[in-house]
Amino acid sequence: MKYESQKIAYAYFAVAMALFVIQVLGGLLAGLIYVSPNFLSELLPFNIVRMLHTNALIVWLILGFFGAAYFLIPEEAEREIHSPKLAYLQLIILVVGTLGVVLTYTFNLFEGNWLLGKEGREFLEQPKWVKAGIVVAALIFLYNVSMTVLKGKKTAITNILLLGLWGLALLFLFAFYNPGNLALDKQYWWYVVHLWVEGVWELIMASILAYLMLKLTGVDREVVEKWLYVIVAAALFSGILGTGHHYYWIGTPAYWQWIGSIFSSLEVIPFFAMMAFAFVMVWKGRRDHPNKAALLWSLGCATLAFFGAGVWGFLHTLHGVNYYTHGTQITAAHGHLAFYGAYVCLNLAIFTYAMPILKNRDPYNQVLNMGSFWLMTSGMVFMTFVLTFGGTVQTHMQRVIGDYFMDVQDQIAIFYWMRFGSGVVVVLGALLFVYSIWVPRKEVIEPGAAETPAE
Amino acid sequence: MSDASLIDELPGELLMWVLIVSELLVFGAGMIAFMGVRLTDPAGFAEAQSHLHRTGAAFNTAVLVTSGYLAAQALHWRQVARRAAARMALIGAALLGVVFLIIKGTEYADKMAQGINYETHPFFLFYYLLTGFHAAHVLAGVGILLLVSWRDDARNIEAGAQFWHMVDLVWIMLFPVIYLLG
Repeated sequence: MKYESQKIAYAYFAVAMALFVIQVLGGLLAGLIYVSPNFLSELLPFNIVRMLHTNALIVWLILGFFGAAYFLIPEEAEREIHSPKLAYLQLIILVVGTLGVVLTYTFNLFEGNWLLGKEGREFLEQPKWVKAGIVVAALIFLYNVSMTVLKGKKTAITNILLLGLWGLALLFLFAFYNPGNLALDKQYWWYVVHLWVEGVWELIMASILAYLMLKLTGVDREVVEKWLYVIVAAALFSGILGTGHHYYWIGTPAYWQWIGSIFSSLEVIPFFAMMAFAFVMVWKGRRDHPNKAALLWSLGCATLAFFGAGVWGFLHTLHGVNYYTHGTQITAAHGHLAFYGAYVCLNLAIFTYAMPILKNRDPYNQVLNMGSFWLMTSGMVFMTFVLTFGGTVQTHMQRVIGDYFMDVQDQIAIFYWMRFGSGVVVVLGALLFVYSIWVPRKEVIEPGAAETPAE
Repeated sequence: MSDASLIDELPGELLMWVLIVSELLVFGAGMIAFMGVRLTDPAGFAEAQSHLHRTGAAFNTAVLVTSGYLAAQALHWRQVARRAAARMALIGAALLGVVFLIIKGTEYADKMAQGINYETHPFFLFYYLLTGFHAAHVLAGVGILLLVSWRDDARNIEAGAQFWHMVDLVWIMLFPVIYLLG
């Protein structure tokens, strides 16, 4: 660790990992409710569990991005973070907001209150006061990192990262607009969710991956930057109008069907480019970095993002296909692998790279960490296949033949059981990851003599 | 590093090439979708097509190609240090772009007056999407040409001309596919 203020990342990563555990446990609970629908139905209904599962995911991923920014910006800008105090204040605001959300959702406090109650919108159901807190925290963050970069060295990685983080914060402002017209509500709602995960988050992903590749493979910065610009251009070109693939059936004009189909089909390109980038860098790189686990997560991230977001996204993005598959388990399959590949693996990669440095425990136990990668990944990939097959059967029975929704659900119960099983594996993998980061103090296998240490 | 040197041999900005390839993919996919949907209703598409102004569109093709020639000449003149001639050529190219937009605009106005909109027939959905998206690029191109006539570094002019030729190329493919093929 070259700069003292990189320590800020430690606190962010710790909170992110705690929420990660809560998120996967929530997912496991939701999976159990699928196969045993009355489980906790009075105490913790499915819609609340699902909210916790998706909201906790978004919050911990964003906390991870913030932590990653606080970790890598000092190194890139070659100076300390502008104000570490503000960074901790920002974290406290976010934690209080998160706790407020969890309590409000779980106990349905302040039902209907405009400021304190939940808003009843999917993914944007946070109470107004939490939304305001998120904006304040985002402003503090942007001020803090922008000041650091403005006063320090500007690199392509920090430029793209800042562009992504500014976009993340500004697009969130659409969360405050809640028109009475449901079609309009959904239209603006996607300005947040879609333009995040298929727009500005890809910039964050590309820049963090670029940073990791730079550190882990030792490839020239010039080469990394050229790739970075091309990936970012492809992501924004396809992703912005690709929003149209959410506008097929919500009451927006029919031309969105073609705009959405064509542009969102091209969204596979930046994900392919990121995968190609990661592998080409590793082949070209001359550095044999001892943190093999971080490299595994980075390559896993690029590969699984290509399959989860790219291939599984394309699978049902054409409106002729989506007409049948919309809202079936095909969507759930895509959602799980895309988020896992693109953003969960990305965060776990930067945690794996940064935590041994932050804890002064370098080298550390990589075997358990790599084991957790394979455990989590195989669980998630199995879950994706199971949901895809289940979704295909569901699409045929429900949308082609026209059977009743609940009859079809009974018919595909076997897939839900297998999904629950794969969920158990993912949770075990997640717990093993957290354990491997925090507990063991010694390397299990000594690094070979041929390996050259990092600079 | 053979792949890197291949990319390095490309003239002009790499990012401009990324943009050009992306645009061609979008317009190409749009035209393929158009021809695919036409297979489902050839008679309806032919009837709808008969409402278009072929002569105006043919004239517009000549306007855009001439404009593209001027943009190419501008880069040549800038490279042999004839800055004033290069600037005039770029402004001329931009003006022809405006002429294209005026002719296109009268065509749209005529369609609107006849009550033809994007919901009239699938043909017109594609007609408005493809030519409208192209017209938006012409508008952007006019801005870019004027910008590089002001900041007239040869690299800038090259990037502007690259973009403008892409807009040209797309029209040359759109014109036969939408206006002529029956």
